[in-house]
Amino acid sequence: MAEILKRNKAMSVNPLKASQPMGGSLACLGFDRAMPMLHGSQGCTAFAKVFFVRHFREPIPLQTTAMDQASSVLGADENVIEGIKAIAEKSGPALIMVMTTGLAETQGADVHRNVREFRERYPEYAHIAVVAVNTPDFTGCVETGYAAAIYELIKALVPAAETAGTRPGNRQRQVNVLVSPMLTPGDLEALRGLIELFNLRPLLVPDISESLDGSLTEDEFSPVTIGGTPISEIYTLGEAKATLVIGASLRQAGELLQERTGVPSLYFDHLYGLQANDALVMALAEISEQPVPPIIERQRAQLQDAMLDTHFMLGQLRVAIAADPDQLNAFIHLVKGMGAEVVAAISAGNTPVLSTAPVKSIKIGDLEDLELMAKEYKAQLLIGNSHAVASAERLGVPILRAGFPLYDIIGGYQKTWIGYRGTRQTLFDLANLVINHAHEEIEVYHSPYAQKPETERKACSPSCH
Amino acid sequence: MKSTKDIAELLDEPACEHNKKEKSGCAKPKPGSAAGGCAFDGAQIALLPIADVAHIVHGPIACAGSSWDNRGTRSSGSELYRTGMTTDLTEQDVVMGRSEKRLFHSIKQAIDSFNPPAVFIYNTCVPALVGDDINATCKSASERWNVPVVPIDCAGFYGTKNLGNRIAGDAMVNHVIGTRDPDPLPPGTERPGIRVHDVNLVGEYNIAGEFWHVLPLLDEMGLRVLCTLSGDARFREVQTMHKAEVNMMVCSKAMVNVARKLQQKYGTPWFEGSFYGITDTSQALRDFARVIDDPDLISRTEAIVAREEARIRDALAPWKERLHGKRVLLFTGGVKSWSVISALQDLGMVVVATGTKKSTEEDKARIRELMGEDTLMIEDGSPKALLKVVRDYKADILIAGGRNMYTALKARIPFLDINQEREFGYEGYQGMLELVRQLALTLESPVWSSVRATAPWKAGLVKVTETAELTESRQSQAA
Repeated sequence: MAEILKRNKAMSVNPLKASQPMGGSLACLGFDRAMPMLHGSQGCTAFAKVFFVRHFREPIPLQTTAMDQASSVLGADENVIEGIKAIAEKSGPALIMVMTTGLAETQGADVHRNVREFRERYPEYAHIAVVAVNTPDFTGCVETGYAAAIYELIKALVPAAETAGTRPGNRQRQVNVLVSPMLTPGDLEALRGLIELFNLRPLLVPDISESLDGSLTEDEFSPVTIGGTPISEIYTLGEAKATLVIGASLRQAGELLQERTGVPSLYFDHLYGLQANDALVMALAEISEQPVPPIIERQRAQLQDAMLDTHFMLGQLRVAIAADPDQLNAFIHLVKGMGAEVVAAISAGNTPVLSTAPVKSIKIGDLEDLELMAKEYKAQLLIGNSHAVASAERLGVPILRAGFPLYDIIGGYQKTWIGYRGTRQTLFDLANLVINHAHEEIEVYHSPYAQKPETERKACSPSCH
Repeated sequence: MKSTKDIAELLDEPACEHNKKEKSGCAKPKPGSAAGGCAFDGAQIALLPIADVAHIVHGPIACAGSSWDNRGTRSSGSELYRTGMTTDLTEQDVVMGRSEKRLFHSIKQAIDSFNPPAVFIYNTCVPALVGDDINATCKSASERWNVPVVPIDCAGFYGTKNLGNRIAGDAMVNHVIGTRDPDPLPPGTERPGIRVHDVNLVGEYNIAGEFWHVLPLLDEMGLRVLCTLSGDARFREVQTMHKAEVNMMVCSKAMVNVARKLQQKYGTPWFEGSFYGITDTSQALRDFARVIDDPDLISRTEAIVAREEARIRDALAPWKERLHGKRVLLFTGGVKSWSVISALQDLGMVVVATGTKKSTEEDKARIRELMGEDTLMIEDGSPKALLKVVRDYKADILIAGGRNMYTALKARIPFLDINQEREFGYEGYQGMLELVRQLALTLESPVWSSVRATAPWKAGLVKVTETAELTESRQSQAA
């Protein structure tokens, strides 16, 4: 339904987009004892690392193939192979993921071949999973890089049912959940809790709620991730009763998983709002063959009540949103469902889900586009990441911080947006932001005749109004 | 404490229609089935918008604690009225008889801290019962610190909110109005050929600043508003109210005693009007001109009315299409019903029923005139009764005071708040635009289908009566 407006200017100003290798790294960080390595110059990794550290406020394992001038020109195959070996040797991880960058892709790197060469040269590390992903900086965004990483991981690590001897439903209570990067660690915890209420065992792929949730561990230092989806569990994906695919960006990964294992995939574009969560709860009730627990029904009723309470503030509210595609689509559905008007929708990248969003047009663009459109259409509220805060200040409107990165608040990564409860809180947060200045207040008028006290009087003739 | 005689006198209001009927808006509240505020509530609501006064509530925390800064009234300058002040009486004060002393010191503290032009003292049940002499306390405090201190003896048990409004008005007439003559016209405001007339508005509260939609028109007409009692008013303005050529009673009869007493004492004529809706706004402007009887003013007023009406009708046209034919149940408690009805009818909406609990016979006659003889007038304002009417008469929206908001919302019925706590100004021609925006906001909101939808896993258990609704919401979800 939405028309996609492509980039039409030379320069990106105040970028919204972060790169694909970032997304791939984020996916990798959701596995236990994992180490992402960016195939590029050192800077590619350093910037990504700082970005994650500021957002999650956690030490972030992230390595680099450290391409230099010579390897950039003459070929960097050795950098990849030796890089993998060095990590395998030093850190003994369960998973190494190699993401390409713009530099490597331009050079013509073939990381898949590099991985094969590594296997041949160092058979002693056969127990360590190694996945190569093409994530050039010059296409896509965090979300597409993340989706590519999950796709490649399934392709590399999940065996076909016939060869592995797995059978869908062998593990009666297991549900695989592929989760989009729009889900925060807080979201994942809520999602896991919801699924467990149906006596099901969720296997989240990946699971940054375990690795990036800000908990203190016994180990003072670990070169690799602590927590996250265990790689050993990847081999059980084929035994689950069903796969829930959360986020439109992971549809291909979900399809591949089903093709490989025969476990049926169920698709959910997002989990914001009543209808989206109704669909999920319905699916869980059907998979588990259990009635919906009363607590869920109560949370649903609470959300409905919150919808009524907040529709006064959110109805007709002019909202401008900038985010990666899955989250943008989710927010558009959420606020439109409350009667708000989306006057500017800016996406960091172009994915198929965008054209289905219930909004007239979506601009693939930057925060300058957000700011200009928000100004032109008199947006009353922005939704965006920490970079958009400055835009909101210039526009003089409140902002709901969402997305990636959130560096000017503490614990942004832990906020729960999904589910009936998360949605309720989101509605409250939105309403609270605008409760006092969403509507255009009537301008104060001073009558020239008025007998107000001296201190309040203004020089003003009757014609000045 | 006021004597029974004082209260009886206040209740006997010859200018009020209720006086002639046994069934009175000032009837005693009935234990077990009372709704609405007390006399203190009424008095405070009536006077709190006087922005530069220190309003001290003399009583335990319950009175001020749950009511301060709770109104949508706005000021163009001083914000002192938003500072909650109360003597917050303790058990010791009450038992040991120290409450008068505490009041005296509270007055001093208010004067020291805020330097107000006046202090208003609202008496409440406990000090009234233990026998604090607030009149004497105010008098001596006033003499001691040379600042007017006005006693407003409005203990809750004296009666209803309506009585409280009158007590407040009475206090203004007795203690404040007539204590200062108006300023000369500010230099630079003269316009050739235009004579400026002084007027007052009584019962105008400037909710959400809505009077600022109207005031520029009055200025343009050459009417100097000496005072609005009490929206965006200042103490020094209230003092001069006796010098107006005409008083307008806005919408309600709550402070009709002020208009009547000003007429008695100073011979000022008054008329009743409203700024809600196009028709009533025009009528009010014309009434000013008519009562003042200045031919030049009359002709200029006609020109302004014609210009403004044309402008707003153009602006409303697209909205009218969206709202046309929508059915409204109006429950305002009565007083403002007729003025809101005409505003809604201006929009092509159908008012299916209206509350008349507090309406006078005259109000009811006007309602019949506007809505036809067979209109449903609702006396029973209980949530259950209201919801029944909404269902029986297929109303699309309930328009009522904030108190009823959650009744409507819990029953999943669109709602518009028109009481004093609201955040939107609907007065004047311009206010109609805000009104339509708010009406459309809730009526057209997509949340209704969502909140009415049964959980999908329960869909099999839906009662037959609700299937139609469900199907409808399903369809809208699908769409």
